[in-house]
Amino acid sequence: MTVSRIAMLVGLVILIALPAVVPPYFLHLLIQILLWAFIYTAWALMGRFGFVSFGHGAFMGVGAYVPALLWTYYDVTPWIGIPLGIAFSMLLALVIGYPCFRLRVVGHYFALVTLALSQVVLLSLVAARDITGGSLGFTQKAVGHSWYALQFPEKSYFYGISIVVWLIGLYVWQRIDRSINREALEAISEDEDAAAAIGIDVLREKLRVTVISAALTALGGAIYAQYMMYLNPETVSGIAVSLQIVFAVIAGGVYSMLGPTVGSLLTLSLTEGLRVWFGTNFIGAANTIYGILLILCIIFMPQGIVGALKGLRFRLQHTKVAAPAE
Amino acid sequence: MMLTVEGLSKRFGGFLAVNQVSFEVREGEILGLIGPNGSGKSTTFNLIAGNLRPTSGSVRLQGKEIAGLPAYAICHKGVGRTFQIPRPFRKLSLLENVMLAAYYGGAGNIGRAEALRSAGEALDMVGLPSDATARTDGLGAAALKKLELARALATKPRLLLADESLGGLDSTEMERAAELLNNIRTRMGITIVWVEHIMGVLMRIVDRVIVLDHGEKIFEGVPGQAAVDPRVTEVYLGKKKT
Repeated sequence: MTVSRIAMLVGLVILIALPAVVPPYFLHLLIQILLWAFIYTAWALMGRFGFVSFGHGAFMGVGAYVPALLWTYYDVTPWIGIPLGIAFSMLLALVIGYPCFRLRVVGHYFALVTLALSQVVLLSLVAARDITGGSLGFTQKAVGHSWYALQFPEKSYFYGISIVVWLIGLYVWQRIDRSINREALEAISEDEDAAAAIGIDVLREKLRVTVISAALTALGGAIYAQYMMYLNPETVSGIAVSLQIVFAVIAGGVYSMLGPTVGSLLTLSLTEGLRVWFGTNFIGAANTIYGILLILCIIFMPQGIVGALKGLRFRLQHTKVAAPAE
Repeated sequence: MMLTVEGLSKRFGGFLAVNQVSFEVREGEILGLIGPNGSGKSTTFNLIAGNLRPTSGSVRLQGKEIAGLPAYAICHKGVGRTFQIPRPFRKLSLLENVMLAAYYGGAGNIGRAEALRSAGEALDMVGLPSDATARTDGLGAAALKKLELARALATKPRLLLADESLGGLDSTEMERAAELLNNIRTRMGITIVWVEHIMGVLMRIVDRVIVLDHGEKIFEGVPGQAAVDPRVTEVYLGKKKT
């Protein structure tokens, strides 16, 4: 495994050195890819066990708006605002998760309940237009370069921050993957009764992973809001964001650690690439092609791109081994 | 007394699946719980194990009330159960299946290594491979029943609820499965309530038997009496013409 360790280190060094060589536009794109990769990874923490949430737009929205509003109206530093936003988002996850898991709302029904949650948060943000600016969105009070306000006009700062949060996401993913909770959740995802019969507290295990996932998503939303400075309900909450999360993760691969990251890399570069390529010539063509590619991905690579590549490698290795008798 | 069931009832809408059932299970005995299909055996079972909440009545494990507790908590108190239709976790290996039971099933906290050791023992006890590579796919009916037992045993129960351990097995497999249950009682000192809808082999192994019909207890006693009790034979063979 030392080869992959070295590859990982080299990759990380390249990633850190990138701001020195790439133009600001690409840096902007990279920051977005990393931040979304973090949020996608957070979603996959529960998505990989079949707990498909369409409510992560809500957690992201709460995480983004709480610190931004506190800062703009009450001068509360994001260092306090962000933890508050995360806490609020965790509370929301508990409020929605507890009755769902208690009453065995699973599968499609869980997806529908969480879908509603997304929309509730979006509509609340729009309705509170006096303070949130409604659908027009609002811009945070800017103070220039400041650690206190967590605002940096220089992109390289947010680039660094997004690498750190992305790595935090991967770390949490791996921690859960290597813990016994992963096996317990795997068992729960297959058969809740059988899991309970061997002493697994199904409700607690599901709530725990949901709350962790919501907390990380809120953190992602918060950093995204600090970076963009401008918040719009449609871009940080609601069904559209939730769907974006689900599709990107499924395209990238929900069962592997780097699947969500690949999903983020792919979907964002694809949308940006198509947008730049088509420009204003064929309005809507970019989105259409994006949609078609996504559908093809989901149909032909249900394990996601990373999953499909892993499968390919597995098959190649096995054909090699199979030739001489073992 | 290992288990005391008193006035246990379960109503599903207008249907009374279990009606005022009372019985006791002595420490170290194997109690057979039999009855035709739909007689309320499995419901009684699910009520004791916590998969269903009783409408009324009491279930006490060594004197402590457990009725109405969630299934996982009842497992922690020392009640292990198997399912009528085996429910293995297919995504996990055989060893992981049982290891989870050992890890989560006991009341105290144990480490992963300890859980693996305990899982190995449980697999050995029922005669399944305990190496880490064995998968659940490709296991036959008999092996899946054994896996159910191994998982239940790994939770270190005081009382084992075995649901139709013989269903779907051929006659040799039935003999072996019955012997296994007997061994679990004698070697491990675990009290067993054994549900079955066929009497056959069960009657030779159990100490006492309870017969349910339409959710009510119609007989309690030693197997020899059950075979000649008019109400039991009526339920199983139909009413004699006079």
